[in-house]
Amino acid sequence: MLSLIVKRVAAAVPSLIGVVIVTFLLTRALPGDPAAYFAGPAATAEAIEQVRVKLGLDQPLYVQFVRYVGDLARGDLGNSLTTGQPVGQELRSRLPASAELTLLGLLVSVAIAVPLGILAATRPNSLVDHACRAISTAGVSLPVFFTGLVLIYVFYYLLGWAPAPLGRLDVFFSPPAQVTGFYLIDSTLDGNGEVFLASLKQLILPALTLGIFSLAPIARMTRASMLAALASDFVRTARASGLSPFTVVVTYAFRNAMLPVITTLGMVFSFLLGANVLVEKVFAWPGIGSFAVEALIASDFAPLQGFVLTMAIMYVALNLAIDILYGVIDPRVRIEA
Amino acid sequence: MSQAVPLLEVSDLTVEFSTRRGVVRAVTHVDISVGKGETVGIVGESGSGKSVTSYAVMRILDRAGRIAQGVMHFSGVDLIAASEDEMRSMRGREISMVFQNPRAALNPIRKVGHQIEDVLRQHSQVDSSALTGKAIEMLEQVRIARPRERYHAYPFELSGGMCQRVVIALALACRPRLLIADEPTTGLDVTTQKAVMDLMVELTRQQGMSTILITHDLGLAATYCDRVIVMERGSVVESAPSRAIFTAPNHRYTRKLMRATPRPGISLRDLLPEDGAASAPVAGALKSPSNGKAGTPLLVVEKLVKEYPRKGAPGSLRRVLQRKPASEPETFRAVDGISFAVNRGESVGLVGESGCGKSTTSTMVMRLIDKSDGTIMFDGMDIGVIAPKKFAELPLRKRIQMVFQDPTDSLNPRFTAARAIADPILRLGEVRGRRTVRARCEELAVQVGLPLELLDRFPHQLSGGQKARVGIARAIALNPDLIILDEPTAALDVSVQAVVLNLLADLKDSLGMSYLFVSHDLNVVRLLCDRVIVMQAGRIVEQGPTEKVLFAPQAQYTRDLLAAIPHPTFM
Amino acid sequence: MSNVALPGRRGASEHGLFAILRHARYILGENAVTAFAFALFMLIVLAALIGPYVVPYDPLASDTAAALKPPSLAHWCGTDQLGRDVLSRVIVAARLDLMIAVASVALVFLMGGLAGVAAGFFGGWTDRIVGRIADTIMAFPLFVLAMGIVAALGNAVQNIVLATAIVNFPLYARVARAEANVLREAGFVHAARLCGNGEARILLGHVLPNIMPIMVVQMSLTMGYAILNAAGLSFIGLGVRPPTAEWGIMVAEGAAFMVSGEWWIALFPGAALMIAVFCFNLLGDGLRDIVDPRRRT
Repeated sequence: MLSLIVKRVAAAVPSLIGVVIVTFLLTRALPGDPAAYFAGPAATAEAIEQVRVKLGLDQPLYVQFVRYVGDLARGDLGNSLTTGQPVGQELRSRLPASAELTLLGLLVSVAIAVPLGILAATRPNSLVDHACRAISTAGVSLPVFFTGLVLIYVFYYLLGWAPAPLGRLDVFFSPPAQVTGFYLIDSTLDGNGEVFLASLKQLILPALTLGIFSLAPIARMTRASMLAALASDFVRTARASGLSPFTVVVTYAFRNAMLPVITTLGMVFSFLLGANVLVEKVFAWPGIGSFAVEALIASDFAPLQGFVLTMAIMYVALNLAIDILYGVIDPRVRIEA
Repeated sequence: MSQAVPLLEVSDLTVEFSTRRGVVRAVTHVDISVGKGETVGIVGESGSGKSVTSYAVMRILDRAGRIAQGVMHFSGVDLIAASEDEMRSMRGREISMVFQNPRAALNPIRKVGHQIEDVLRQHSQVDSSALTGKAIEMLEQVRIARPRERYHAYPFELSGGMCQRVVIALALACRPRLLIADEPTTGLDVTTQKAVMDLMVELTRQQGMSTILITHDLGLAATYCDRVIVMERGSVVESAPSRAIFTAPNHRYTRKLMRATPRPGISLRDLLPEDGAASAPVAGALKSPSNGKAGTPLLVVEKLVKEYPRKGAPGSLRRVLQRKPASEPETFRAVDGISFAVNRGESVGLVGESGCGKSTTSTMVMRLIDKSDGTIMFDGMDIGVIAPKKFAELPLRKRIQMVFQDPTDSLNPRFTAARAIADPILRLGEVRGRRTVRARCEELAVQVGLPLELLDRFPHQLSGGQKARVGIARAIALNPDLIILDEPTAALDVSVQAVVLNLLADLKDSLGMSYLFVSHDLNVVRLLCDRVIVMQAGRIVEQGPTEKVLFAPQAQYTRDLLAAIPHPTFM
Repeated sequence: MSNVALPGRRGASEHGLFAILRHARYILGENAVTAFAFALFMLIVLAALIGPYVVPYDPLASDTAAALKPPSLAHWCGTDQLGRDVLSRVIVAARLDLMIAVASVALVFLMGGLAGVAAGFFGGWTDRIVGRIADTIMAFPLFVLAMGIVAALGNAVQNIVLATAIVNFPLYARVARAEANVLREAGFVHAARLCGNGEARILLGHVLPNIMPIMVVQMSLTMGYAILNAAGLSFIGLGVRPPTAEWGIMVAEGAAFMVSGEWWIALFPGAALMIAVFCFNLLGDGLRDIVDPRRRT
């Protein structure tokens, strides 16, 4: 078991290295001259040059890279040119907002997609099956930002059920005492029911948007792999041994079917982290996605670099967790390791 | 035969499947009866409906299938009228089934011990505290060594034979009265096959169980069954005690099957049906003078070795983590220093069980993979030193060709039969021009007995036997000196096999070729080969003229192999 | 393996294009949904081809007096904040979005498909290098990487195409590699070597024709994704600049108005996006049935 984990962690290291290199290269290729921007519109060519040296932008690329890696090791992601604040700090304070949203969205989608896929596979050609297939194909086709907008229009503008899409909490409330940064958890820990409800209300629409977006691939994969498992030889043996339908479907078919679904989760996370950016823009959510979009518009490279790096590292960590989870469940992987 | 009411009585059973092309009748008006303690064999080739019949009895047909008519009674219970709950309580407890392909029949991510417990628990045979003990007891009964340890094993950690024993343990755990075994030994080595069959028979006889053995292998049915039912294309054609079926078959089809089964004491021609004219190959039509140098060595292999790095060989990281020396050698020798020769005009058989290295040897001789050590001499030239990629471009490539085991896998699904046969001609032959190539393809098709109108079909539109003929036509297209045949009839029905074996023999004589015939089936080798080489674990155990090796074997392993072939006592 | 010869479907005496077309017509006839998707596809292509010539209004012409008008007989889809006709813009945007999708898919097929086939077939260093490149790309959440690439290279349509192609590279390479890997050990590949075919000839003439069908299915499914990707990038201000008509940027422009009730500005381009992507997904599923019924989901 331990050797499995060590092996997987070791395999993740080259990915991290690749990520750092690519991020560095990408942001060095950004258009616009940060030195000129920083120096200000009234600066002389001389002043801009001074700023350039100060930022280390006159050095050859590999020197800049070494400096960059050194900074990273110390946790220094540079400063934002627009706000002047350290990027690392900004990211840290905004991360919980994005994380809470993404996790809730994933929870919603798994809670709907997996049972739907199982039901569709155990009742082929029924209403549930057709509904599942329709939802899978349609869900993959919906642009996530459009879904968000439509939901706002229907539930906020037309029906008035949802609050205005202005961020994590209505202006009347103040955030709960910071423990995890997740408003739902923190307000529960605080015993503050009002804030809990208020944050939940703000969370519903964006989480639903993300949920609808990731529903389709999970439902599709669950259905397909359940169908394959139900048609397999070992399920035939289980049936021929007279095992109860519950045992056959759950203990025999489902556990085997879950394996490909877990691998799909990796891909779903990739989509979710990307969709996060779009959803944060639509709902004015103060997370790292909107942080990055604002930085983009201002050609502010340090926050953008920090954002891409953070997202990539989170993703590598998530994939590692999924790989290890897969190894725990599938003895074939575990024992060969 | 028992005089009392039969345990299982099936009358007039008809099963239909709804497919995209309409309703298909897989089984029509079938009658089967099995008495208490009796072993009945259902024999038939592919498409005969034998498996579907058993699925119908257990009521585990596919969703698309349904029992259109018939009456089925098991010990007084009406199997057709019974509810799903009643059937479920009977499955595993009263009637059990053992399937083909044992490793796939077990849940890959669940310990085998737990799988046995599931069955026991379902039918409440034992209290929950005694479940584990009973499961281990079952593993012991099916002769699995170290049952306590193996209880915790996963299917992928066990061999094919052991997996089948576990499946038998599952089936017999609740002491059913009827066991249905659907091709339980297909795909297993012949020695494993004997062990598994003997075990099944012993356990069922011990408990007074009735058994239905479904198989395509007549020899197997004759050896282990009291009565045999022969099925063809969904109907029963004959049903009689074993002895009667084998010594005096009545129906034309039974006689054809009987004749087509390779057995000692007959010649190749005897395999064909009595009215052999229609299906006899036309190979004799084109005779070419045999090579004047008959009898001299064509292929000489000396001290041939093939090594592979052992899977998961300790890399440096692992060595550091484990901090103990590797207990096994780092390489695995698939072929361990073998030497043999094939003379011109000769047919040499290379036999052994799976993993003995015969396929690796043939692939090396074919120059498809590299050897690790040793020499391969062909017609006086050392071809072992030529790299496989280079060999493909040499004119020498024409002289050694191969017929593959799986006719479906060895034909490109996107090529028509004609294009597949033309491939070697286009690449290495001196013939040019569309029409000439086409003419040559037609000539070859006639030689192998493939109807000309099938030349423009794709593989998925051809039957197994037709695909095999296409593969043979492709192999002989360039008039090679040596053909290596890798289990060429293993995937074919026995009646088709009879025809193809005769075709191969005729082609060898008329085209003056030599054969290296790789097989696990000693009876087939006996019919086709002049000399035999027996391999085990990468080494040659014995070699010599066929009659001598197979009638008076020197090595113990050869004797074991011969003893494992099912032979009924009255034959 | 039955002994009975299966009847050839209408006798495969012609092969190649005619057989494929006939088979396609048979499948389309059987499957209403695929036929519908195909019809929709033709409609979109039509809009892309002749759209700019048949639209009622100039998509770029602004008329502030007629701004923010809801759908009416004069303007079937209403007008936006600058008084431009929404319907005309939606139709004209079809061309740009379709072009971006086709270009990206073609590019990634060439890069990823060929790299994957070579990696799967030859193994060794080719496999290792392609694998490393794919893994490095896959280490990023794909949309985030696309954002980074377009931001780095500049706000232009060709950069959207390049970014989409790069981001899809691992998927294509992986699918192609898996298929080539399986076929590498197939009997007919060994047989082809025995017939004197060199490695390159085997790859191109024997293996590739067997992989093409799956790649075509993949391409159709990726078309949908490419359109969504381009729209998403435009939504956050990357790639396409105003006043160009493109579905994503139109939704972005209409987003602010959605909250205050002017739904038509964002809805029609969004609906167009949805319909186009839906169509490509249905088409991909239908193609999969034509090509290989065993893979039906």
